[in-house]
Amino acid sequence: MSNTEAPDVIDRTIKAAPDAAEPKRNRLAFWFLLPATVILVVVLGYPIVKMVVLSLQEAKLRNITLGTESWNNFDNYTKLLGDPFFYTVVVRTIVFTAACVLATMILGTLVALLLNKLGNKMRLTVLLALLLAWATPAVTATQVFQFLFDTQFGVVNWALVSLGFEQFEGYSWLAQPLSLLSLAALIVVWAGIPFVALTLFAGLTQVPNEIYEAASLDGASRWTQFWKLTVPSLAPIFLILFALSTIWDFRVFTQVFILQKSGGIARDTDLLAIYAYRTSFSANNFGVGSAIGVVMVAMLLVFSVIYIKRMIKQIDEAS
Amino acid sequence: MINRKGGLVANTLAIILFVVMVFPVYWMIISSFKPRSDFFLETPKFLPIPATLDNYYRVINDKDFFTYARNSLTVTVVVVILSILVAFIAATAVARFNFKGRKAYIVMLLAVQMVPFEALLISMFVLLNNAGLVNQLTGVMVAYLAFVLPFTIWTLRGFIANVPKDLEEAAMIDGCSQGQAFRKILFPLIAPGLVSTSVFAFVLAWNEFILANVILLDQAKQTLPVWLTSFQGGQKAIDWGGLMAGSVLFAMPVIIFFVIVQGKIQRGALEGGVKG
Repeated sequence: MSNTEAPDVIDRTIKAAPDAAEPKRNRLAFWFLLPATVILVVVLGYPIVKMVVLSLQEAKLRNITLGTESWNNFDNYTKLLGDPFFYTVVVRTIVFTAACVLATMILGTLVALLLNKLGNKMRLTVLLALLLAWATPAVTATQVFQFLFDTQFGVVNWALVSLGFEQFEGYSWLAQPLSLLSLAALIVVWAGIPFVALTLFAGLTQVPNEIYEAASLDGASRWTQFWKLTVPSLAPIFLILFALSTIWDFRVFTQVFILQKSGGIARDTDLLAIYAYRTSFSANNFGVGSAIGVVMVAMLLVFSVIYIKRMIKQIDEAS
Repeated sequence: MINRKGGLVANTLAIILFVVMVFPVYWMIISSFKPRSDFFLETPKFLPIPATLDNYYRVINDKDFFTYARNSLTVTVVVVILSILVAFIAATAVARFNFKGRKAYIVMLLAVQMVPFEALLISMFVLLNNAGLVNQLTGVMVAYLAFVLPFTIWTLRGFIANVPKDLEEAAMIDGCSQGQAFRKILFPLIAPGLVSTSVFAFVLAWNEFILANVILLDQAKQTLPVWLTSFQGGQKAIDWGGLMAGSVLFAMPVIIFFVIVQGKIQRGALEGGVKG
C-alpha cells in the first residue's frame, strides 16, 4: 500500500480529508485497536465480570478448577452482611483510609506551601528527598520501616528511650493491632506525601503573582489571601488528589500484609482487600471473597466518578 | 508581597522535612554496609564506619538470588516492550482516527483503571488458574500487561494528539513516505511519552508483589519482591544486614529511573490515575 511516488502521496493526502476515507480509516482503527482490546477484554474485562459472577456462586478452589461452581443466589452477600466481623473490617478500613488521606492531604499541602516559600537550592534539596520517598517500592519501604521500628535493634525505639520514654524499651510495634496499623499508615503517608505535594506545588506556581500583589494593595491579609485566592484556584486539583488518594489508600494491601507476615497478628489488622484475599485463599471461599471485592468496587464508585468526570471534561476541552 | 526567598522558619522546616523523608532511605543504605556486629550495639551508629560489603556478598552468593533477579528482569523487559508496542498502535487509533465509539473507548480506558486490582486478585487468579498459567512467569506478564495498557494508551494518546497533523501531511507532500514521516516527524515528538510510559510499565512490573505472591508459588519462579519478603517469618533471627542489602539492590534501579523522568511520571499519575 505504501507508495513513495509523489503524485500518489498528494492524491492520498487530499483524500485523507474527512468523508471519503472514513470507512477505510474505521477499518484501520479496528486493526490498530485489536491487540490492546483483546488483552483488555480477556485479562481485565473477564476478571471483572468473573468477580461479579463468582460473588453469586458457591465456589471452592476445587469447583473453580473443575468448573463446578453453582449459583447460590445472594447467599454470599447475605452471609457477608450478616457477619459482624465484616462490619468491623469495613469500619477499620474506612478509618484507616480516612486517617491516611487526611494526613497525606494536610501534610502534602503544607509541604507544597513550604516549597513555594523556599529559595531555589533549598527547594531542590527538598524535591530530591520527596522523589526518593516516592520512588521507593512499597515492599522495600515496608521492610525498611520494620527495621527502623524493630523491637530490639530499631533506631526509633532507641531514640524514644534516649528522649526519656522508657516504656519504648523493647517495645514491639507489631504486637498490637493499633500500632501495627499506625505503622502501616505511616509508611503509606510517607510514600503518599510527595505526589500530593509536588502536584499542588505545580498548581501553586500556575497562580499568577499579580493577583496576590493586587490583593495586598487592597489590604488583604496573608490569611485572607490564602483562603480567598490560593484555595479556590487549587480547588480542582485538590478534589482530584483527594479522589485519587482515597482510591489508593482504600486499597492498601502490601504494607499491612507484610507487617502481618512478620508480626503474626492477622485477623485484627485485616483491611478489606486483605480480608477478601484471606476469605478466598485461606478460608477457601472464593464466592464470599469475590462478594467482598464487589463491595469494595461499589464503595469506591463515588470517588471514581469524580475522577472520570473530570478526565472526560479535559478531553472535551482538548478536542 | 510574597516572600520568595524564605526565612529562617521556612528553611528550618525544610531541613526537618528533608531529614524525615530521606532518613528511611539513608538508614537502608548505611545499614547495608554495616558489619554484622554493628547491628547489636547499644547506641546505633549513624555512619557506616567501618564499612563492609559482606551483606552484599551474602545476598549475591545465595544461589537463588540470580534466579529471582532473572525472573524479575524477564517479566519487566517483556511487559515494557509489549506494552509499548500494543499501546502505541492503539493510541494512534484513538488519537488520529475518528471511528465510531471512540469516546466510549476512552471512557472505558479510564473506568477500568478505577477498578481496584486488589479486588480483582481472586478472579484474576481464577482466570490464570484455568488457563494453566499459575506458577508461570507468563501468567504475571499477561496480567501486568493488562494493568499497564489503559494508562499507557491514555498517556500516548495525549502525546500523539499534540502532534499537529499538518506536520505529517506536509512531510508527505515533501516526498516522505508514511514510514519516513513517522520516523522523522512523529517519533521525536512522542519520544518523551514513550519514555515515561516505559518507566511506568517498568516500575509496575518490577515492584508488583500482591499478584506475584499468589501466582508464583515455586521458589524457582519467584520475583525479587516476593523474595524480599521471605527474610521474615522463618525460624532464624532476621538477617537485617542482608535484608537491607537486598532492598538496596532491588530498589535502586527503580529509584534511578524514577528520578530521571519524574516530571512525566507525576503528570501521568495525575492524568492516568495510576500510582507510579
